[in-house]
Amino acid sequence: MEKKNVIISVKDLVKNYDDFKAVQGLSFEVYENEIFGLLGPNGAGKTTTLEIIETLRQKTAGEVIVDGFSVDTDANAIKRIIGVQLQAAGYYPNLNLVELLELFSGLYGVSVKPMEMLEKVNLQDKAKAKYKALSGGQKQRFSIATTLINSPKIIFLDEPTTGLDPQARRNLWDLIIEIRRAGTTVVITTHYMDEAEQLCDRVAFVERGQIIALDTPDKLIDDLVASGFERKKEVKKANLEDVFINLTGQEWRE
Amino acid sequence: MNNIQSNKNLNSPSGAGGYSHIKATLALAKASFRSIMRSPSAVVFTLAFPLIFILVFGFLGGGGTKIDLAVKPGSDVNNPIIKSLQKISVIRFSKSTDLVAINKGLEKGDYDAIIDVEKNPAGMPAFITHVKYTSASMDKGSILKSILNEVTYNLNTQNLKPTITEIQATTVTARVYRQIDFILPGQLGFSLLSTGVFGTAFVFFSLRQNLVIKRFFATPVRRSSIVLGEGIARIGFALLGALVIILIGHFGFKFTLIHGATTVINMLILATMGVIVFMGFGFVVSGLAKSESTIPPISNIITLPQFLLSGTFFSVDAFPTWLQPISRALPLTYLNDAMRQVAFEGAGLWDVKHQILILVLWGIGIYAVAVKTFKWE
Repeated sequence: MEKKNVIISVKDLVKNYDDFKAVQGLSFEVYENEIFGLLGPNGAGKTTTLEIIETLRQKTAGEVIVDGFSVDTDANAIKRIIGVQLQAAGYYPNLNLVELLELFSGLYGVSVKPMEMLEKVNLQDKAKAKYKALSGGQKQRFSIATTLINSPKIIFLDEPTTGLDPQARRNLWDLIIEIRRAGTTVVITTHYMDEAEQLCDRVAFVERGQIIALDTPDKLIDDLVASGFERKKEVKKANLEDVFINLTGQEWRE
Repeated sequence: MNNIQSNKNLNSPSGAGGYSHIKATLALAKASFRSIMRSPSAVVFTLAFPLIFILVFGFLGGGGTKIDLAVKPGSDVNNPIIKSLQKISVIRFSKSTDLVAINKGLEKGDYDAIIDVEKNPAGMPAFITHVKYTSASMDKGSILKSILNEVTYNLNTQNLKPTITEIQATTVTARVYRQIDFILPGQLGFSLLSTGVFGTAFVFFSLRQNLVIKRFFATPVRRSSIVLGEGIARIGFALLGALVIILIGHFGFKFTLIHGATTVINMLILATMGVIVFMGFGFVVSGLAKSESTIPPISNIITLPQFLLSGTFFSVDAFPTWLQPISRALPLTYLNDAMRQVAFEGAGLWDVKHQILILVLWGIGIYAVAVKTFKWE
């Protein structure tokens, strides 16, 4: 990250739902081609923040600029350059994956070959399957395929690995890294700190609608250690997940 | 997975000005149409139910009224009275010779009357006819009574010159108005009503509930494209269903289409208007429903009264006078009415402008409500 072009800039973002203040003056920047993590407990305001940037939700106050476009005036221009994976989103009923991808290419106004999109996420064998019939990991990979249809500059992934088994989770990490390598900026939310540590170039911790820390995972860990923090238990060279993967194999099975 | 790199050059980034709302709308229409065709409930309500009703009524009511007449065992059968009755198509003679069974049948109304003719031992008149009617079937009994009166009058006066008058009646040869000519337009209306109300309500509710629409909103598609695409698919499906019903009715049950293809096209234009109005109800229901399970009851409140009161099965004129104003307020009444006039009487669309006007008024009203109640999220 020598060159740091800001692609998303959020300034003093506020979102109130009636009495509830979901987001209270949040500011951060996302750099081009990085994997940026929004971390924090449930209800901290991560999803609300993402949905405001994705132009799906109106903000109460503040400024959000995505690749030079303001969410207030250029929502449609933003929609064309982003890919969005929603937490728990469904897809049009009774259609198979190829037909769903055809629908999305129509919605984005681009012509893509559905099979090529499916190959990118390794679902070519499931071309004729219905979304409902997919496993958890396959569903997430398909969701990611729909975010790539318009060759977006930025994709947003909201808890993409929640509920997946370790193999499927690692497989999805590989996919996300691959997407970033192709030049796409990735904004991701997660509850798994090991995931954030592995994937993200920088992370922001959100708590009660505010950012309480923002830096590279390394720097945040070093700062904590420098403050005198020590783990109660001696860290071993492997953890239980390593044992799991070692015993059950690397390849994911679905 | 290793060809992600090719992502960039696979398709040009959706640059400014290149976006087509028409393409997006058509993509949605195509997806929706595919989905409807694969949805069992849509096919059952739009095609199967109406066709079953048409089949049942087509076969049941084929010959109009029939009087079931039993002949008492031991009755004389070689006499002019029975011979004359056998020539009358309305009368269906029972083959049963079991008197106990016949009497039971009379009580239940399975038989409308029993006849017994005996030779008169006294000589004049030559035969004595005993008829026993049943209170279970008074209306058919009275038809039989007048038939018998005419038969006996004709037989008795065969060789006499009339002294006062002789009735010379002729019948105008007209198109045969079959049961199907009444039932089919009603069933067509029912089909359009169910696909419009239930289909629209379920689809928009589930698209909203499963965040499908939210995902659409993350694309550049317009809201109007979503509604329009869905509408095109549903209208297309409804018209396809209507065409199948009309063709099966015409070729299978001799449903009258006076001007052939022109009549069919006029009917399809009416069907389009009908389904657009009924979709309005569907939009309202999808907005009012709090959960998936509340959709059927709310939809039934809208469809059932129209199903029963709008002349689907019985003519509105047959209803008690206090009920008729309610019937005459419902949109399906006018759609059914217009359909029947177009199909059987050969009316053009301009001839049913009154019915069309009322449908349009309903359309304006219901979409005004839909705009207020519809929810996107």
